[in-house]
Amino acid sequence: MPQHRITIVHTGEEFGCDEEDNVLHAASDQLRRKDIPIGCCNGGCGVCKVRVTAGRYVTRKMSRAVCGQEEEASGCVLACKLYPRSDLTIEVVGKMVRAIVARRSTAFSFDFRATVQVVNPDKET
Amino acid sequence: MALTGVLRPGHVAIRVLEMAPALKHYKDILGLTEMGRDASDRVYLKAWDEHDHHSVVLREADEAGMDYMGWKVDSPATLKKLAADIERSGLATDTQWIPAGEHLHTGERFRFTVPTGHVMELYAEKDYVGNNCGTDGPNVNPDPWPDGLKGISPSRFDHCLLYGDDLDGTVKLFTEVLGFSLAEKVMTKADPDFMIGAFLTCSNKAHDVAFIRQPVKGKFHHASFELGSWEKVLHASDILSRTKTRIDIGPTRHGITRGETVYFFDPSGNRNEVFSGGYIHYPDKPAITWYDETLGPAIFYHDRELNEAFLSVFT
Repeated sequence: MPQHRITIVHTGEEFGCDEEDNVLHAASDQLRRKDIPIGCCNGGCGVCKVRVTAGRYVTRKMSRAVCGQEEEASGCVLACKLYPRSDLTIEVVGKMVRAIVARRSTAFSFDFRATVQVVNPDKET
Repeated sequence: MALTGVLRPGHVAIRVLEMAPALKHYKDILGLTEMGRDASDRVYLKAWDEHDHHSVVLREADEAGMDYMGWKVDSPATLKKLAADIERSGLATDTQWIPAGEHLHTGERFRFTVPTGHVMELYAEKDYVGNNCGTDGPNVNPDPWPDGLKGISPSRFDHCLLYGDDLDGTVKLFTEVLGFSLAEKVMTKADPDFMIGAFLTCSNKAHDVAFIRQPVKGKFHHASFELGSWEKVLHASDILSRTKTRIDIGPTRHGITRGETVYFFDPSGNRNEVFSGGYIHYPDKPAITWYDETLGPAIFYHDRELNEAFLSVFT
């Protein structure tokens, strides 16, 4: 099975990823640090979003609430649904809230990025 | 009858990205029973001890998340009264009547959007199918549980936790218009009047729905299903690991509600919970207060801190 090298731009870290494996799973298997945030792992929450700056890939279905069509066209995809077809260079875009680890912090922080969107069940296309 | 008005959560409609893996999850792993499919390809499911036709409705869509949550009220007269009360309150938007039959085996529903952006429905009638425990006809000499249970097999859909911005407006609507009690609340220490979490009940349960203040509209944190014991929560966790279902956290205990829990994700990233325990709520019980600085043990009592996913990961 062809394996490709995935490079994370700002940390320079590299890991291998099979064509049948997703980039998030390969990263969490091989990297010691959590360079890509891990959320639902199933294409719904968007915290593992990355931008592919070089390379060929395919994706599986991702929630449009967290990865819109234009965004996807610009190379933004969810790492949990990203399958390489060549070596890839990626930037991490998604984010977890790190501000409230309650044991250490007394401040409740709402400082995180989220897609604000109301979905009307009858109007969704 | 002491328990009147809004009786209980009746259904949750969840959007899934692909129906086939969703059904494998909700039927084979969670262990709900498929009850039917409609002309729009929505799939209707129920847990074993529920008597009404369905409690979970899955719809394939381009976005994960929750379409709406439905509440069963005690009678058609109450449905009309509460619909008028909601209209009059000015707290809800996009109010509309959904005709009988739009959901399989369900009477008319009154749909409205609460200030946190979540779509809610009230209904009075859903066809009765029973829990299949009777040995001599429905509800006659019943066994304690039916044959043929699969997967985790919770007894019922129990509650949802939802994220949204105008928490005060939603709490006002649920308490002042729909008759819910605030069983537990999370406030900030800096401003003790600023609420960041509300656990609301319309029954004797510790919560029937909960909201956490976040700068979003209409977001879904989890739908929860009831198990009879802590040991069953551990057994559920074994099933989740065996089936390589993505576990979020647990098994552990919540400080809030005292429930024992495991959180996990469906194949579209929607969070599910199975839980047991919690206390019995009576309307004269004083509301429990937590503060932001103890949000860790309030949410995850054993770890005493939130995992990163609790606030960031939702659909």
